[in-house]
Amino acid sequence: MKSSVIVFPGSNCDRDIGVALEKMQFKNQMIWHKETKLPKSDLIVLPGGFSYGDYLRSGAIAGKSLIIDEVVKAANDGCLILGICNGFQILTETGLLKGTLLRNKNLKFINKDIQIKVINNKTKFSNKYKKNQVLKINIAHNEGNYFTDSKHLQDLKENNLIAFKYCDRKGSVNDQSNPNGSLENIAGIYNSNKNILGMMPHPERMVDELISNTDGINLFSSLLN
Amino acid sequence: MKFSVTVTLKKDVLDPQGKVVQNSLLNLGMNLENIRQGKYFELEINEKDQVKAEKKIDDMCKKLLVNLIIEDYKVNKL
Amino acid sequence: MKITNQIIENHGLNASEFENIKKLLKRDPNLLELGIFSAMWNEHCSYKSSRLHLKKLYTKGKQVIQGPGENAGVIDIGDNDAIVFKIESHNHPSYIEPYQGAATGVGGILRDVFTMGARPIALLNSIHFGSPSHPKTKSLLNGVVSGIGGYGNCIGIPTVAGETKFDETYNENNLVNAMAVGLAKKDKIFYSKAKGINKSVVYVGSKTGRDGIHGASMASAEFDENTEDKKPTVQVGDPFTEKLLMEACLELMKDNSIISIQDMGAAGLTSSSVEMASKGSLGMELDLDKVPCREKNMTPYEMMLSESQERMLLILEDDKEKDAKKIFDKWDLDFMVIGKTTDTNNLTLKFNGKIEGEIPIEALATKAPIYDRKWIRKKISKNKINLKDLKKINMEEALVKILSSPNHSNKSWITNQYDQSVMCDTAQKSGSDAAIIRIHGKDKAIAVSVDSSANYCKSHPLTGGKQIVCENWRNLITAGAKPLAITNCLNFGNPENENIMGEFAECLEGIKEACEFLNYPVVSGNVSFYNGTNQKNINPTPVIGGVGLINKLSKPISHNFKKDKNVIILVGKTFGHLEQSCFLRENYKIFDGIPPDINLLNEKNNGENVLKLIQNKLILSSHDISDGGLILALCEMSISSSYGAIIKKPQKLTNLFKYFFGEDQGRYLLEVEPSNLTKVEKSLKDSNIYYENIGFTQKDYFEIEGELKINIKDLFKINNEWYNNY
Repeated sequence: MKSSVIVFPGSNCDRDIGVALEKMQFKNQMIWHKETKLPKSDLIVLPGGFSYGDYLRSGAIAGKSLIIDEVVKAANDGCLILGICNGFQILTETGLLKGTLLRNKNLKFINKDIQIKVINNKTKFSNKYKKNQVLKINIAHNEGNYFTDSKHLQDLKENNLIAFKYCDRKGSVNDQSNPNGSLENIAGIYNSNKNILGMMPHPERMVDELISNTDGINLFSSLLN
Repeated sequence: MKFSVTVTLKKDVLDPQGKVVQNSLLNLGMNLENIRQGKYFELEINEKDQVKAEKKIDDMCKKLLVNLIIEDYKVNKL
Repeated sequence: MKITNQIIENHGLNASEFENIKKLLKRDPNLLELGIFSAMWNEHCSYKSSRLHLKKLYTKGKQVIQGPGENAGVIDIGDNDAIVFKIESHNHPSYIEPYQGAATGVGGILRDVFTMGARPIALLNSIHFGSPSHPKTKSLLNGVVSGIGGYGNCIGIPTVAGETKFDETYNENNLVNAMAVGLAKKDKIFYSKAKGINKSVVYVGSKTGRDGIHGASMASAEFDENTEDKKPTVQVGDPFTEKLLMEACLELMKDNSIISIQDMGAAGLTSSSVEMASKGSLGMELDLDKVPCREKNMTPYEMMLSESQERMLLILEDDKEKDAKKIFDKWDLDFMVIGKTTDTNNLTLKFNGKIEGEIPIEALATKAPIYDRKWIRKKISKNKINLKDLKKINMEEALVKILSSPNHSNKSWITNQYDQSVMCDTAQKSGSDAAIIRIHGKDKAIAVSVDSSANYCKSHPLTGGKQIVCENWRNLITAGAKPLAITNCLNFGNPENENIMGEFAECLEGIKEACEFLNYPVVSGNVSFYNGTNQKNINPTPVIGGVGLINKLSKPISHNFKKDKNVIILVGKTFGHLEQSCFLRENYKIFDGIPPDINLLNEKNNGENVLKLIQNKLILSSHDISDGGLILALCEMSISSSYGAIIKKPQKLTNLFKYFFGEDQGRYLLEVEPSNLTKVEKSLKDSNIYYENIGFTQKDYFEIEGELKINIKDLFKINNEWYNNY
């Protein structure tokens, strides 16, 4: 399977996702944001980091780069798009995903291992996970507080477009297990076609037992399935 | 009484955000000589005397809203 | 402009230094030249008070590729890999503007590392604040932590370890020491020595503004009532631009275009150009019209002394300019040829076609003043503390007092604000004795730790100096790493005070002695003097940052107990030294007394053997014993796990407080599975190491037989309360 990782000035987790993709046997290319054409890809990744320093608004400036037009075209053609952390922020700024990522409720950057629950396990990104499976995964962000209007929230629920929710070790979704104040503990969502996934936690940080754990592996295996 | 407070970076202080935003506008075909990013607050205060109100707003700026080391501010009655 | 005495004083130079300048120039300096001398001759750049003493340090070893004298130190970790690292202070700016002071401190140390061709792979910090009840402490703490996180997270380098301490000695003088560690190829290290005549001198990075003009002079002055007026000199960091600069430099370094490279740190363009030329015994001519400026109408004085961040100076091979410029254009950074190397041995500054200043390079570098400041040895107090006079207290009370204190409370409130996992090679995070970073794409790893003991250094500088090196060494051992080398940040008060200078000299003696014995050389470092306000100086605070090597990384053992019914071995003899202990400070506010002795032979022997046992996979968890003694170390091993311990009362020492809270050095705790006990004991006995089996791990409770029994969930609560309520 072919993947392309878009690298913006200030992207930091590009090497990390590149390593994870290659470990999972993807044929991966790193694409500099000034390129005007994307190679034929099955999966396009917008990685984590601080594109453009998070200046103005996180993901705002990257969302206006030329390469994004190509990403939008590919998305409309049904290509799989994965936005991780800053990548999720960029997807909301472009409108490919609805809603926005606000400042964390406690106004501080949070780096922690937390738990998320797999809400929809029937997508290209999640079919190797069990329904309601609890994953231990790393978050590292200042603006991870997902918010959207009530109409879109209803749409997300009715069409099973919520990908992951923050929960505790037992899988309970509640205030205590919500690290950043996200609406209804939402940690990741799909678009209506379910070919675009935006998520705040970092699956690429969870593919190595020596460093952390391997709870992230099945996201990539699902894609290869 | 309503006031606005505009907070800007002091003249010689680096504005990393302004620099990047300017370049991005340029890339979108929009040219600017310079852009500096600041903050804008609107405050409503329960005080009928304007002089007293302005003093209170000024205190708020000095104590919290403004980083006097690197920022300047302007208070306007709305 | 006529140079008046007031102007000379404003530039931080004294009358005899000014006479010296006149002699070296064979005439009076103009204002631009005076400014340049003031920047290069202040304490921060010239090390005039410390150079003589720094020569004493132990800096050699097979593992040393580059010792002190370059932008950072370099050590060999085998396989053509090298580690480049250094620690530096940014104390005075952090007091004035804590966020930006801390942020630019991180930025500066990162540049020192990547300027040598190393991709930074870890950040550490040692931060010290005044008493928590002091009105400024909270905002300083918040600002500094946000600044460190804001810069490190944005540039994408994990901040993996550190220490945060509170003591009223830092009330008006908080300390921020930032350490960076980078990975390079041994055959691709870049140095700052200029080579060749008529080579292009290139400026890259951010434009120059009026930031921090005379910041280096500020670092060399004590704070007083007029400090508030010095405010506008604080620089603002731009981590996004630094990320671009780092990537651009590392990309350029892939080939052989760079002859020499230096970052513009303290004293900006002045120090970088002078240092590069001086090392190469060359001259340099700069055309200041070419310097990329952010503000209009900047004068040569401002351009030479500006401390705008995120800038580097390069000397390129002939014909490499065009290709190099392409790289910097890609990353949207300024790239400008601003001068050339010459054979005149002068720093020649041109502006608008005129020579505005001309100074012999050596006058600024090797001929900078060196002072042999008067110093006196610390008079060691002979008063013994009589424990019998102390108010009775029970063990649990004493323990809780320490566990809930700001200095020993759990610091995840701080560390959760730092991204520790970016780059996906952090195998062990902060909270343990040392952090462990895997070498990307390889089986091996490095362990890193940063430590200080200001209380020990105050009461007995010689012992204190030895102790911090040993404690740092032990922290790497328990991570399973062979300690290789250190960097040191020496934070002291006013060197013109002979007591302070004595503390400096003696701490260095102690550091040297320990380094030499343990084969643990100093490869880089920084001195920060004048940490004082209105005649009150801080306690001597040397900070040691150490790096060790783990040849084959397996899942790190960390210090939390792993399972119940395992044996707990205490390696090293306990004499019960309570003086200068955390126990006496927290429970009785007693700050007198001398620290425990250091027995370097035992330190070495114990450490080498513990390392061997860990490498042979005979140990499940390990921890060194320092502040708070045995009981605190045991609690730390329990709190971070689901298992506590049941500890026997000691048979020999009858005073329980001495046994459990004494801070004797050279000791370790090991958790050993019963099936491995015989092997472990044999190894220790064969090496003549004193050890005791002090008890067993158990579920749920931390217990000292007949004395104390606490649920570890309660210990956790006590240890996690302080920051959340601050």
